Amino acid sequence: MGPALAQARLHSFGSRLALSWSPAQRGWQAKRLTNFILQRLWHGVIVVLGVTTIVFFVTRVIGDPVQLMLPVEATLEQRALMRHQLGLDLPMLQQFVQFVRGVATFDFGDSLWQRRPAMDIVLQRLPMTALLTAVGIGAAILLSIPLGIIAALRPDGVVDRTTVVVSLAGLSIPQFWLGLLLIILFGVKLGWLPTSGARSPLHIVLPALTLALPSLARLIMVVRTAMMDELNRQYVKVARSKGLSGLRVVGTHALRNAAVPILTLSGWEVIGALAGNVVVVETIFAWPGLGLTVVQAIERQDLVLLQAVVFTVAILAVGINLALDIIHKAIDPRVGIR
Amino acid sequence: MSLTANSPSASRPAARRRKPAGLLSELLGDRPAVLATGFLLLIVFVAILVPLIVPHDPAAQALRARLDPPAWLAGGSWSHVLGTDNLGRDVLSRIMYGARTSLSISLTVCAIASTFGIAMGLIAAYVGGRTDTILMRIVDTQLSFPDLLLALTVLTVLGSSPVTVVIILSISGWMVYARMTRGIVVSARHEGYVEAAELVGCSMPRIILRHILPNIAAPLSTLLILEFARVVLAEAALSFLGMGIQPPATSWGLDIALGKDHVFGAWWLVTFPGLAIALTILSANVLAAWARVTTDPQEREKRFARTVARRSGSKRR
Repeated sequence: MGPALAQARLHSFGSRLALSWSPAQRGWQAKRLTNFILQRLWHGVIVVLGVTTIVFFVTRVIGDPVQLMLPVEATLEQRALMRHQLGLDLPMLQQFVQFVRGVATFDFGDSLWQRRPAMDIVLQRLPMTALLTAVGIGAAILLSIPLGIIAALRPDGVVDRTTVVVSLAGLSIPQFWLGLLLIILFGVKLGWLPTSGARSPLHIVLPALTLALPSLARLIMVVRTAMMDELNRQYVKVARSKGLSGLRVVGTHALRNAAVPILTLSGWEVIGALAGNVVVVETIFAWPGLGLTVVQAIERQDLVLLQAVVFTVAILAVGINLALDIIHKAIDPRVGIR
Repeated sequence: MSLTANSPSASRPAARRRKPAGLLSELLGDRPAVLATGFLLLIVFVAILVPLIVPHDPAAQALRARLDPPAWLAGGSWSHVLGTDNLGRDVLSRIMYGARTSLSISLTVCAIASTFGIAMGLIAAYVGGRTDTILMRIVDTQLSFPDLLLALTVLTVLGSSPVTVVIILSISGWMVYARMTRGIVVSARHEGYVEAAELVGCSMPRIILRHILPNIAAPLSTLLILEFARVVLAEAALSFLGMGIQPPATSWGLDIALGKDHVFGAWWLVTFPGLAIALTILSANVLAAWARVTTDPQEREKRFARTVARRSGSKRR
């Protein structure tokens, strides 16, 4: 295999799947991919351990969960009993080991508010949050790609100027305010859409819209910039001068190379939604998902449930990050040659 | 606020290259940037002078004047220009005091986070080796944390006060400064002028302060403005969720949370404090975009090319 051909293959998508390599090369490739995945997995474990340590430190060392969970008028005996039940009278190190074991087995104990395993509540609420995130962020991704491409194809055109203004607005409007404005407009003044709960498919429209707008704003800008960068490259000029149709140049050449930043940001948007934005959105629209659970747990001082949600989200975020890294490596051969 | 400001000698070479007057005239040539700067200055003046100019006591309740609409609507009065809330408190006065809260918290957080972050970035870049790896691993790890959720957990346990809010937002914000500083310093270390300074025998602090840090000034100013916007938003979100600024004090996020229960009757309670947040963040974003384009030589080049292309295009027509 000549060097030029090898080079060409290195940059083709197929080589990532290790189809066109000799057995020795294939083994080397597979080993490198495994190492890469293990390395990223290890990084994910460190993140979860970091979250664990911080939460343990804050709740057990600085704060006092018993004081938080029991009413002010509780007697000393009641406090001591609760302390014993929660294992808070054990030495710190032993408590930490138990805490980590609890996280590793997804066993956080019973929710103080609902008196059943906290993980059950989390798993029961998770699908609603997943649905909201999928619809909201999914819509943002699907809308941002065509809009960003059109804006990049005609800089300073009508679409370009509109998207710049829209995304600047989307970045500046606080999500909770946007949600309330949408309620005032569509719920109160026009009366078109339901504003609270999740009883019908129509109920998802306003929360999804609220969740989508800031993400749409960021995504459009990234698609636009990435496509503009790619469209100015030499290979696009070559493809154009060869006489390829504009659609083909944009779709198969430029878009594939611009896919990496777009994909990364899309993943971050999903993580960002799960790790915070849904709390605000679900609170406003009373959407019965994880975010609302967080606020309810805080209102009832239910630390156990709060911890269960925080760890579930941390683990989901780590999983999405890992998946992104692997996809990223599959698309772009230059990744990971450090 | 930053390291550069503490050492006037450090900013001199940068200042010599571009005169402040030139920067100001360039700002005045950009209409959105002028409007943005104007709005931010207005917020700053209001925040400083609020006890002198405020029309009403923000905590004064007037049960007769509950839920009065803004002045231009039927039933409104010019004594309460933006209307009153469910306890008869003046919305405009509360927004003006909210500016003070937002601004003081955000500026404190930016000062603490940037100082700490830049120091960490410098250490990582200069000590290198294992320290660098560990510090950058911490940065990476913390960047992938669910920070709003962690902030909520910490605030639930510790109880929320302005001080805890500032501490938490600072802790969740230092990483971006550290990463930026490290990146710039690492790449600048191998530039010719730094190697020359080393050869001449400059001490390490002198190289850092006089030769490398001025490189950070431009990206740092952009980053500071963007982070300011992020912190304003984060404080508002925390206060909105009831875990930030607590009731006797005023905050834009808190006002929106209070107005949330009255969206069906009194839209102005939610709309005006939110408008204050949105305009502040919009101004910061516009100003940051302007600062980025103005201070980045590559962006200046692109802008110049675009202007030339547009001019020649219009001539052809």
